Amino acid sequence: METILVLTHADDTGASLTKASLETVTAGIELASQLDAPLTIGIVAVDAAAAAKTLASTRARLFAVSGEPFSQPRYATDAAACEALCRAAGATIILAPGSSRFARVAAGVANRLGGVIDTHITSLQADENNRTKALEVTRWFYRQRVEAGLTREARPWFLLLDAGTHPAFASPSAPVQIEQVAVQLPPLRTSVIGLRTPGMDAQPGAPGDQPSSRGWQTIRPDAKLLFVAGAGWTKKQPDGQAHAPEAGELILGFVQAAGASLGSSKSLVDQGSEGNSVLPFLTHLNQIGQTGATPRHAKGLSTCCHGEEPHVVGWRFIADRRAISLDPNCGWTRGKADVVYVADAFQVMAKVNELIQPVKA
Amino acid sequence: MPNPLHIVVCAGIVPDPLQTLEPITTPTGPGLKNEMVLPAVLDPWAASALYEAASIASKNPGGKVWLVSLGPKAKLQQVMMTIAQKVSFELVPIDGPIGGFPDAHATAAALAETIAALPGLDREHLLLFGGWESAARGAGVTLQLVGERLGISDQFQGVDQITLREDGSFEVLERVEGGRHQVSICLGAPAVLGWATGNLPEPRNNPQVGMANMRTIMPALQKAKPTTLPANGLHYISVSLPKQQRTTRVVKDLSPDEIAVELVEWIGAE
Repeated sequence: METILVLTHADDTGASLTKASLETVTAGIELASQLDAPLTIGIVAVDAAAAAKTLASTRARLFAVSGEPFSQPRYATDAAACEALCRAAGATIILAPGSSRFARVAAGVANRLGGVIDTHITSLQADENNRTKALEVTRWFYRQRVEAGLTREARPWFLLLDAGTHPAFASPSAPVQIEQVAVQLPPLRTSVIGLRTPGMDAQPGAPGDQPSSRGWQTIRPDAKLLFVAGAGWTKKQPDGQAHAPEAGELILGFVQAAGASLGSSKSLVDQGSEGNSVLPFLTHLNQIGQTGATPRHAKGLSTCCHGEEPHVVGWRFIADRRAISLDPNCGWTRGKADVVYVADAFQVMAKVNELIQPVKA
Repeated sequence: MPNPLHIVVCAGIVPDPLQTLEPITTPTGPGLKNEMVLPAVLDPWAASALYEAASIASKNPGGKVWLVSLGPKAKLQQVMMTIAQKVSFELVPIDGPIGGFPDAHATAAALAETIAALPGLDREHLLLFGGWESAARGAGVTLQLVGERLGISDQFQGVDQITLREDGSFEVLERVEGGRHQVSICLGAPAVLGWATGNLPEPRNNPQVGMANMRTIMPALQKAKPTTLPANGLHYISVSLPKQQRTTRVVKDLSPDEIAVELVEWIGAE
């Protein structure tokens, strides 16, 4: 019989679980029901008692690792905490959010426990045709180009779930009983000193600084719309000149007004790293595709991008896709977008910005 | 820098991103159609790690870079013809299967065993580099598993930058949610760094570097140790291409103003 542990962690406050953790709680509850398996939830947080209050209605057994050393996402402390929680729970299946914090340590913990791990899980299913109700999972290979269902015999089996694959668990807060788990920490050689947002350090008046990019984040995982800028924005326009500053103002103006998340093709970002200060607010963190991100947004609008396969694989989880391109034979027209507008993105986005700003105001 | 760094880069080979991939069933499990003849490249994020390693080694006298790569000898040789021209390294090939479907734990075991046996490697001054995820399996676990097997408890993933300090410590930037970097200070090697894109452009081909590298690469390939990767109880139930093919509406006859109106309506719609 399987036993399930859901590993969770707190957000920056140290006293509330992250959204990805709550999504994993939902997955754990569903899987426990499918497998008729007991459910345990493990919490890593500075104040685990506060973080656990939202889990009262799960009726799961709650283990926690608490204290100041766990305020920082760091391999040595997080691995020790997760290892202790796993040993205390003795679970055969361990679900965890695929957050940067747990993605950093989960494989190491699996190795310490003699277990196995699979990541980027998009679905979990108990095999109904099998009396033992074996667990099958789905994940992508080759950067979202091949999908596979798989199962494993080895236990414990760690599964890191992709964000957005389950609804976040929501329940009124109530007092709960948690069991604190002691952790033997190794000597700590790493200190986390903070967070830094690329592009936010630009000094006013410095080369490439644009007033509209100062002081706000262009990557917004929770935005409804992904706006992607391709290399065409910096190419020569019909007047024979490149208009990168105007492109920057149009792009940032739209992203700001629409509350969109800003993505980019690799070729456009690479222009910056090769010393061409074209759209300096773009970094590799904005990059979508084979060597970039695969975000989840309800809608995506591509501009000045050819829609080649290495870029489009990053759009796997964008449901509703539109593109603006001057090329009527670009990749987007070959079944990769729902609508392709054959037009000049400069003209279209200038008009869009005129129309959308009054809407937001 | 008090002691020279020994940088080991783990990097696999993957199909060129522009190739069409078609999964098939082989006697040993899932694979790709014509996998052995598909043009291959060094895994992109691992290539970033290699370029960063070479840059660090060039700025810190006495440092050395090993490139440990698991794949079929013939494919490794093909990829090395290009990579060897970019930066200096010593290739440590492991003759094994190609592709994203072999078990990551078996891959990690083979890599760790090979690294532990590297002649002249000072593990106290080891920086273990690689891509934070591959473009094949894309799990982001192999490097972590290798690090654990080598007893390294300072690990960083999604690394875009490290800044070495005179005392041997370094500042590291790791990608975290929301397009931000987590900034950490590590007291120094040994450490594992799974690289994202880094900050360096792809180095230009340098025939002199290529010739120097190839003198050691060819003998190393000839002596590459054959390795099989056990499945460790991993069973694939299905492997398929996504069926999503959209019916694209190509709009050629609207003015920019009309398109803008349509887009604004679309953006505002639920």
